Parts: sequence; C-alpha cells; structure tokens
Amino acid sequence: MTDSKYFTTTKKGEIFELKAELNSDKKEKKKEAVKKVIASMTVGKDVSALFPDVVNCMQTDNLELKKLVYLYLMNYAKSQPDMAIMAVNTFVKDCEDPNPLIRALAVRTMGCIRVDKITEYLCEPLRKCLKDEDPYVRKTAAVCVAKLHDINAQLVEDQGFLDTLKDLISDSNPMVVANAVAALSEIAESHPNSNLLDLNPQTINKLLTALNECTEWGQIFILDCLANYTPRDDRESQSICERVTPRLSHANSAVVLSAVKVLMKFMEMLPKDLDYYGTLLKKLAPPLVTLLSAEPELQYVALRNINLIVQKRPEILKHEMKVFFVKYNDPIYVKLEKLDIMIRLASQANIAQVLAELKEYATEVDVDFVRKAVRAIGRCAIKVEQSAERCVSTLLDLIQTKVNYVVQEAIVVIKDIFRKYPNKYESVIATLCENLDSLDEPEARAAMIWIVGEYAERIDNADELLESFLEGFHDESTQVQLQLLTAIVKLFLKKPTETQELVQQVLSLATQDSDNPDLRDRGYIYWRLLSTDPVAAKEVVLAEKPLISEETDLIEPTLLEELICHIGTLASVYHKPPSAFVEGSRGVQHKRLPARAGSGESAESPDVGQSGPTEAPPAVIPSQGDLLGDLLNLDLAPPTATVPSVQPSMQMGAMDLLGGGLDSLLGGDIGGSPSMGAGLGAAPAAMPAALGSAPAVGGGLGDLFDLGGGVGMPTGAYVAPKTVWIPAMKAKGLEISGTFARRGGIIQMDLSLTNKAMSVMTDFAIQFNRNSFGLSPAGPLQVLTPLSPNQTIDVSLPLSTSGPVMKMEPLNNLQVAVKNNIDVFYFSCQYPLSLLFVEDGKMERQVFLATWKDIPNDNEAQFQIKDIHLNSDAASNKLQGSNIFTIAKRTVEGQDMLYQSVKLTNGIWVLAEMRIQTGNPNYTLSIKCRAPEVSQFVFQCYELVLKN
Amino acid sequence: MIHSLFLVNASGDIFLEKHWKSVVSRSVCDYFFEALERATEPENVPPVIPTPHHYLINVLRHRIYFVAVIQSEVPPLFVIEFLHRVVDTFQDYFGVCTEAAIKDNVVVVYELLEEMLDNGFPLATESNILKELIKPPTILRTVVNTITGSTNVGEQLPTGQLSVVPWRRTGVKYTNNEAYFDVVEEIDAIIDKSGSTITAEIQGVIDACVKLTGMPDLTLSFMNPRLLDDVSFHPCVRFKRWEAERILSFIPPDGNFRLLSYHVSSQNLVAIPVYVKHNISFREGSSQGRFELTLGPKQTMGKAVESVLVSSQLPRGVLNANLNPSQGTYTFDPVTKLLSWDVGKINPQKLPSLKGSMSLQAGASKPDENPTINIQFKIQQLAISGLKVNRLDMYGEKYKPFKGIKYMTKAGKFQVRT
Repeated sequence: MTDSKYFTTTKKGEIFELKAELNSDKKEKKKEAVKKVIASMTVGKDVSALFPDVVNCMQTDNLELKKLVYLYLMNYAKSQPDMAIMAVNTFVKDCEDPNPLIRALAVRTMGCIRVDKITEYLCEPLRKCLKDEDPYVRKTAAVCVAKLHDINAQLVEDQGFLDTLKDLISDSNPMVVANAVAALSEIAESHPNSNLLDLNPQTINKLLTALNECTEWGQIFILDCLANYTPRDDRESQSICERVTPRLSHANSAVVLSAVKVLMKFMEMLPKDLDYYGTLLKKLAPPLVTLLSAEPELQYVALRNINLIVQKRPEILKHEMKVFFVKYNDPIYVKLEKLDIMIRLASQANIAQVLAELKEYATEVDVDFVRKAVRAIGRCAIKVEQSAERCVSTLLDLIQTKVNYVVQEAIVVIKDIFRKYPNKYESVIATLCENLDSLDEPEARAAMIWIVGEYAERIDNADELLESFLEGFHDESTQVQLQLLTAIVKLFLKKPTETQELVQQVLSLATQDSDNPDLRDRGYIYWRLLSTDPVAAKEVVLAEKPLISEETDLIEPTLLEELICHIGTLASVYHKPPSAFVEGSRGVQHKRLPARAGSGESAESPDVGQSGPTEAPPAVIPSQGDLLGDLLNLDLAPPTATVPSVQPSMQMGAMDLLGGGLDSLLGGDIGGSPSMGAGLGAAPAAMPAALGSAPAVGGGLGDLFDLGGGVGMPTGAYVAPKTVWIPAMKAKGLEISGTFARRGGIIQMDLSLTNKAMSVMTDFAIQFNRNSFGLSPAGPLQVLTPLSPNQTIDVSLPLSTSGPVMKMEPLNNLQVAVKNNIDVFYFSCQYPLSLLFVEDGKMERQVFLATWKDIPNDNEAQFQIKDIHLNSDAASNKLQGSNIFTIAKRTVEGQDMLYQSVKLTNGIWVLAEMRIQTGNPNYTLSIKCRAPEVSQFVFQCYELVLKN
Repeated sequence: MIHSLFLVNASGDIFLEKHWKSVVSRSVCDYFFEALERATEPENVPPVIPTPHHYLINVLRHRIYFVAVIQSEVPPLFVIEFLHRVVDTFQDYFGVCTEAAIKDNVVVVYELLEEMLDNGFPLATESNILKELIKPPTILRTVVNTITGSTNVGEQLPTGQLSVVPWRRTGVKYTNNEAYFDVVEEIDAIIDKSGSTITAEIQGVIDACVKLTGMPDLTLSFMNPRLLDDVSFHPCVRFKRWEAERILSFIPPDGNFRLLSYHVSSQNLVAIPVYVKHNISFREGSSQGRFELTLGPKQTMGKAVESVLVSSQLPRGVLNANLNPSQGTYTFDPVTKLLSWDVGKINPQKLPSLKGSMSLQAGASKPDENPTINIQFKIQQLAISGLKVNRLDMYGEKYKPFKGIKYMTKAGKFQVRT
C-alpha cells in the first residue's frame, strides 16, 4: 500500500471522479481524494479545476487533511485569487485556535499564498502571532514577515512589522531570535541601506547568548549576522572570538565555515603579539582540515574558501600540505582546487614532497588534470627559487615521456621559468627544439617561438626554425602570428645581416596579407621602428622584461579583503565580490576588514608573506586585459614598455603609410621620401611618454596627465593659445610657435615646430639664457625623427626652475636658442607669471593677517581689472585653477572682499585683496609683496585668468 | 534562502519538484543538464552552477541528483548540508532513498519537505521532531490507519521543537535500557610505489544507539583523550566540559545518532595495517603485460584483517587479464577496465596473491599511466588510532542500563600507487 496507488485511476473523467470523492461524506474517502489530488499536482498535472471542492475540505479538525489542503492552496491560490478568498475565513479562525501548532500552521500558510487580497487579511493575525505566548508561533510569524515583505514591502513597513521584528531579537527564546535575525537579514538584502540590523554591544550580547542554544541553522544565521558587526576595540573583538570558537567543533560544516568567517574578520583587530592571537590561529587549522574529509561537494566549497584563507593567512595551514594531496578518485573539481592550494602552500620546506606529488599527477589519465599538474610544476619553480633547478629537471623528464600534451604544457611553463630566471637554464633549449614538430597547440607553439626569438643568438639555426613556422603563417592562430612577428623582429635585430629577407617577409605577411587589426598594427609599428631608428627599435623590442613573479595569480588585496568578509558565501566560491553577480542585491555595501588596533598597522597592508609583517603587499602585474597592454602585447606576458597608440598624430601620414610609401621604408634612405616621413615623424613624439622614462608628455597624453594631476583645481589652469615666437623667414624655414602651461605641478613649454623649408631637419636641441626665475629645460628636446618638409611636430618640454638666475627686463622675459642641423636660432618670449604659482600657495589665515600687516604700505600696488562679469565665487574658483588661493571672504555693504595668496617657485609670497562690487564689472585689486616688482605681472595673470 | 528543489534521476528526468517561494520553472534545470552533459562522469558535475538568475546547488546521492535553486546570496554549505539532511530523512523514513521509494511515498515526501523548510528557512530537520510530526509509513500503520481512520500526522506540537534539548523528546520509555557505542575509524592513505606512506590520516566517528528511559545524562571518558584534538560534536555534547575536563557529557537523543566525529591528522604517526607488493609492467613492443600482487598484514595489533577487496583501474590499452588468485575470486571488466579482487580474510601464514598476465591491443604502444590500487578492508575490535573508552556513566535516572562499546577499523580512501 503505497502512494503510487494515487496515480492509478480509471480512464474516464479523472477530475470528475475526484470531484465526487472530495464531496463525499466519509472523512476517509475525502482524505484519500485530497491525497490523489496532491499526487497529481506533484507530477505537474493541472488539478486547479478542483479548487472549490478542495477548499471545502479545509474546515476540518483532521490535521493531516488540513495540511494537505494547505499544500494544495499554496500551489493554486495564485491562479484562482477569487476562490482563494474563500479560504481566508478559515485561516483567520485557525490563527485563534488553542493549539499553537494550528496557529503557526495557519500563519505560515497564509504567508505562502502570494495573492494581494489575502495579504491584506493577513496583517491582523500576523500582528497577534508575533506577540503570541507560544515561542513556536512567534518564530513562525517572524519568518512570515519576510514572506510578506517579499510580496508587498510597503505594506510591511506601513504596518510597523519591521519594528516588531527588531524587538524579537531580544526575545527570550533563542529560536525566535535566530529566526528574527534570519528574516531581518533577508529583508535587509533588498534594502542595503535600511540599517535594519542595527548592531550594538547589547544586541551582540543577546545574539551570542542565543548562539549557544539555538539549532544549527539558527547558528548560521546568527554567525552571518555577527560577521557584519565591527567591534569597538580589540578587547570586544577578543571576547566575541572567544564565544564563537566553540562553533568550530560543530558537526554542521556550514556552522563551522560561518564561524571561521567571524574569526577571520575579527582577528584582524587583535594585536599580533597577543597570546590569544596565536591560540586562535592554531584553533583554525583543524576544522578546516576536517572539512576536507567530508563529501566532495562540501570539500569543493571548503577548498574555494581555504584558497582565500591561505592567501590571507598562509601561516594557518602551512603545516597541512599533505591533506591537499590528490586522491585518484577525487572528482575533477576537487582535484583542481587542491592543486591550486598546494602551490600556494609550497615553500622551501615542503617543495620536495610537492614536486614528487606533481610528477605523480602528471602521469594520471585525466588530461585536464595532467596539464594543470605540469603547469603547477612551473609555478612552483617561479615561487620557490631554490626549487627551480629541480623543477626544470622534472619538466625535462616529463618532456622525455613524449606524451604530446605533457610536452606542450611543459614548454609553456619553461618559457615562464626563463623569464623568471634569465640566463640560467638556457642549456635545455636544445631539448626543447627537438620537440618542435610535435607542438600543435597555439599556446605551446607561441611559447616555443618566443624562446627561439628571445635566445636567437644562442640557437644556430634560429632563422631556419622560425622560417619553418612562417610557411603556414596564415593558418596559425593570432597568438602564434603575433609571437612569430615579434620573434623574427628580435632575430633581425640580433642577426641583421642574414635575416633581412625573413623580416621583410613577415612584415609584409603581417601588414599586407592579414586582416587582423592587432597583427597589422604591430607589424606597422615594428616596420616604422626598424626603418626610422634601429637603435630605438632595439631599445623597444629587446627591452629588458620585468621578472615575473608568482604573485600574478594572487587575488588583488582589496578584493581579497572583501572576500574574506564573505567567507562561506557564493562570493567566496566564485572569488568575485557579491556586487558583481548576485541579482537583487542592489548597491551591496562593500565589506572591509576592520583595522587592527594598537599596532599601528593598517588594514590595507595584509601580511601575506610568512617571513615577517614588514613584507610589502605583492605587486600585482596587471592582467593581459589591460587596455594598453593589449595593444602591443609584447611577448605574451604583460609588457613594461606600454607603447600607446600613435593614432592621434598620424592624420597626415596615415594615407601614405598604407600606400606605396611602405615599400621604400626598408630601402634605407631614411627621410628620403617626403610622403613617408610625414607619417613617421609623429610616432616618436609620443615615444618618450610611452617609455615612461622622461617626464615629457606629448600632445594628447599631456592632456590626460593634466586631468589626473589637476585634481583639486576646479577649473584647471588657463593655458594661452600658441603664438608664433619665431617666423620661418627668420629661422631658415623653421617656424616655432608655442605657449607655456603648468600641468599638475610641472611647468611645460609646448612647442610646435614646423618645417617650411625644402629639406629635412634633424638634430634639434634647445637652450635658455639665464632668466629671472631660473627656468631651464628639464630634459632634451624630444624630436627623435627628422622633420620633413611641411610637417609639424608638437613637443612638450618640461621645465625646471633650478637653472641660473639673472634678472631680466621685463621680468618674465625668456631668451631661447634652438638648434637644428641647419643653424642656431635665437628668439625671446614672455611667460605668464602664473606658470610659477605653486600648488601649496595657500597661506594660513593668521599668517596672512600678520604678513599683510608686516609688509610696508609702500609695497602695495593697486590695479583695476575691467569688464569682468563673474561673481566672487566663480572668480575665486577660476583663480584657484591657476593656484591663486582665496583664504577668506568678507562681505561689507554689498562689496565682496576676497583675500588671496600666491606663492612663487622661488618662495616669494604675494598677497592680494580683491574687491568686487555687485553690479560693477570693474574689480579693484590690491597687491602686497615684499618684492614689489612682481606685482605688475601678478596683476597681468589675474587679468588673463579672469578674462579667459 | 532555498527557493526550490528538483529531484533528477540518472536518466536526466525531473521526477519531483518542490517550491518554497514562488514557482521557478523547470527550465532552470536546463543549465544543470548542460553541466551534466559536459561532465565525463556523473560524479564530476560541479556542485555549484550559476545561471543568469539563479544558482543551482546539487548533490548526487543514490543515483539521484538533488538540485536546489537559490536566488540570492545563501551560504552554499548551508544548502548542501540541508540537502544531505533531506537525503538522510528520506532514507530514515523509507529505508532506501531511491526514485521508486520517493515516488511510492510522494505525499509523505511532500509533507516532509513542507515541514523541513518554511520560506526557504529550515524549520524542523531533526529526525526525532519530524517523526513526531509525520509518522513514517509502515505497513502495519497503513493497515491500522485504514481501519481506524486515524492519520499519520501528529496532532501535538512536538515537544522537542522548542525545549533546550530539541534533540530529545520527553516521555521516552523502554523496558530494556541499553546504550551502545561504536567507535569506527577509517584510514585514508596514499602509499607510494616503494611502499612508504605519503600521507595517512584517520577519520573516526562514535556512533551511538541509545535506548534509555526518561532524561538520562551521560558522561563518557577516554583513556587517551589527547588523541582527539580535532573533533566535531553532536549539538547535545556540552562543549565547556570537554574543553575543561576532556569528558563527553550529554543528554543523548533517542535512538541512533552520531555522537562525535574526529580526525587524526597526517602529522601524527598513523599505523598502516596492510602492505602490498606489486609488479605491474608492460614491455615496449610486446602485447603482454605482467601482473603480480601480494598482500600482507602489518601493524594490526594481532587482529585479523577481513573483508579485503582490491580494485584497480587498469590502463585503457589493456584488453583482458588472465590472472590466478591464491584465494578469493577476481573479475575484470573489459569495458570499464576495472579489475577487482575479492580476497576475504588475510591469513598471515599464507599471504594472498594474484598473478598472471594482461593482454594489450596488438600494436598499441606501452600505456603511459600507472594504475592505482584501491584497497578496502575491515579489522574488528581495533581502533587503529589507539583510542579507548575508559568508562560510561549515567546520571539523572535510577535504573541500571546495559552498556556496550565496539571498535572497528576500516579502509577509507586507501590507495597504493604503482
């Protein structure tokens, strides 16, 4: 006699028959009929037609029948809202039943009926149940508030249920407390800023008391809630930790992990020299290890979390390497996670064991796992320097197995080892080259090509090897194509004589026969580099690469901190902040670890290393998705020399580049063809900025820098348009125009050089005569390419104020000499004094007052600034952009008085009082300065800034 | 919290669904089926699967996938633990947890699931409480119910539900008062080619069957409690007393329960009770391979090693195996390449061995991988960690209970690499 009998019915009119049975007088028959209905419902049959008949059975004193009817109601009420109203009366009546079980059942079921009309009737019974004398009813009602909130949030707020729910946190019964916390947490999730769970030491104490007495599930709710609290000091933090630690011995793994979360977060506040801190660290290891002996799905979640914990506090599990050893019948998802943690825990002490294990794994059956294991060997080599040699020899052993995918993986990781330990293991290259033919995966091919290119000078037949790859160039993947291009360019730079043909071939393949923009761009850049300045090309292409470190796969520290606050959640499984993926969590607040008290160590410096707390946080090399990195993507790994796009200054040359100009590029007569030179000239202008070595910043980028540096300048400093400083007639065809600018504290001379002569100009240099403020070029004039006829180049020259000083007439006069291959030209120009206004020119109020009084009145100069239509605030904003700071403002009889200060690069202070009368476009400016000759020029700056 | 539950059978059909909040369409399981298809083995389906609007968390038990659907941030372990509880409850109620059993008791299953979660929050998951709410189906009760018209749903509020000892009901009565404890230890170990131990750890549990009248308060003490530094307790155990005195003090639940589980880590010396001598080799260019395996006992404290079962996944290239066991029987499945040898008891005077040859596919190259040997065994009356119960006392009740303690050691994941 099983429930399967409910599925067997006679063929004709199933529903009809059920209807008859439901309306039967016999209780037993009724119940059997309802069971049949429920059984049909579970398999997805539509029995909604029976709604009135089933609801009629609701008024019964038979609890089982009642429960069955309730089950039915919950399923179908939504589709029959009008009918559902029929049930309301019974619900309301049941909420008054003397049996608490029935009261609770009624309020619970009502909450599950997601029909607006019913929820209205629910409010009164719910209010009563929240205050019921029986805790079982109260705890059910607490959950019901969350249900109701899901259906109609406004109603819950209007009815004041949230406050009642908050009161329940102080309930005498621990289960009621736990459920209230759970309900509030769920509601808070959709209201991130509602501050529903307002935690203070009193509530925390109540929660901790309830924690000891409630069910395992309640403990999880309470622990997760505790984790959101920030203790006031380390003492409170310790006392909470002490009361939470017993949860680590709970049989329920979710309780254990939630407790780990609370402890990991709060121990952040404990001083490290505290005995208790050490005790706590020791207590954390065993429960984590125990989680790994559980079922595989629990292990998986545990491992993902341990991965975070190990990154944050490697000391906890550093002796537990062995529990992460892989068993051959672990599910693949567990194997891969264990492998990852093994590498994170690898150290000099245990590396021998780890390597032996990894080698073992490399002979397993599962291809994915084997690959990961081989990669892991490479990561070990990079992480533990002492083991590198052992790792390399292990990898060589694996290559000898000739198992195809093992060989390929091994080559990929050996490439990384080369990058980490240059000039150490190159003796193995010969072995690698033997396996060239068996490589069929792009990554392995690319790695091999990189190795050949990088060590071209040591491989006798490097050109042959690369040439062999070139044959099927168009069938290769982009990764391989890019790598091949770079490798051959490297080869050419190293052995230019015998490989000219090869490089020409690959450049034309990349630029002319390929429709991949990345490949073409890289091809062009190399081409241009090679043709214009082989020395620069060498510097760029053969630049020293940064050493890679094992830290590249670490989670970024701030994200790690946030994830530690989310241990045990989905976020911790996916290693993404919850805001990144959880639906419905609008505006989730980012959680942070609390700062440690006392020791003065801030939370921002997580102690990742085992060696000592002084170790700096690991620098995370930007991933390859990096915008600039992608553009050139030198050598697979993130590049140092991020060469920015040359696009902005290419307008002129672009057309020619694609046309015939190219063919002559390699011809050697640099600068011979006018059409080509135009295009090339632009590129080097941007180059210094790209290399990041010189502070000079070319055109477009300079503006970017300006934005970055100008934080705090509301309007930005005014930069006058360029004026012609020396016309072409006076300088044998060279026209120079320019202006001055102060960008982020750096003084710059922006120059435009135009060649109006018939021949190419090269070898530019610049010099200043001694001047009033010691301005002098901070670097050479960066004109690397020849300037061909009719071409203009924009250069930014950084200036320093540390040059020799000589008073000039006028004060801001600057005498400049520019040299090129033709002659030396002299001109003079005048710079606005605002160039010299420094960023920290804001004087203290008191100092200002004292200084103002101190400066003799003779030094005061008065000026009129005419036709300004700005109010005082706008004016002071504008002035501040040029480092003229308003210290105070006073309004007297409709007259705004602004008191301002300016500091020059040579330390001279200028004090000013500006009077602005509403309605009067003329401002009165009084300037006081110990060096009165400056005043005139400061006034000019005022005028210039305010009028533009 | 937990939104919905779908039960999926081995052939990929959804045979039961339950929703605790609004209804989530079955189609959400398509993401699960995709993952199922990608997985090479049924066990390899990832436990957490993201979909655009939901997360699916699944466990595989008794060839049924229990797929829970969640919509907001819920601790995955919470969901997994709950699913385990569902499986345990079904097994407890129906004896087996199979598709057939669930279908046969579909109404009880529904009632149970409704009782276990409310709006996705766990409500009653303790077997004691559930059994008071919904009586387990028995043939006798079904007959009685049909005759008397009584129901299998409890009318009373379960007493344990809100008491400080939610795991025990009041008014328990037995004529024979007895308390049995089983100390069961499983050894997980990896042994390398040369026979040395790479890692070995012990997972131990103390399972109890307590049938005592009234509200007994028990204490259990050990000869060597220092072994237990990594333990998880049943909620009934008073943690403070354990911390202070290393004594287990508790009011037990009624019936069967797991009192504690413990873990003896790989840092301690773990005795390995069996050793294996093996020689599995293939020669290059030959279509034959040699297979030799001998088992022997060691460090067993004089106890017999029984129910020994050896299994090994032979390389894919092996066509067949022609072996000769000195005792027991062996089978080789040419499709799955699984070799298993049912050895039985190890006789220290005459060590069991399995010798013979394997045939490879003609012309195939020598297999790359080395098969791992998996060993199962049992040793009665021995806890390999050396754990020993000192005494068991009862307070709070007057009668004299009958007490018993049994020890057993088993192989867990015991693997020998070749």
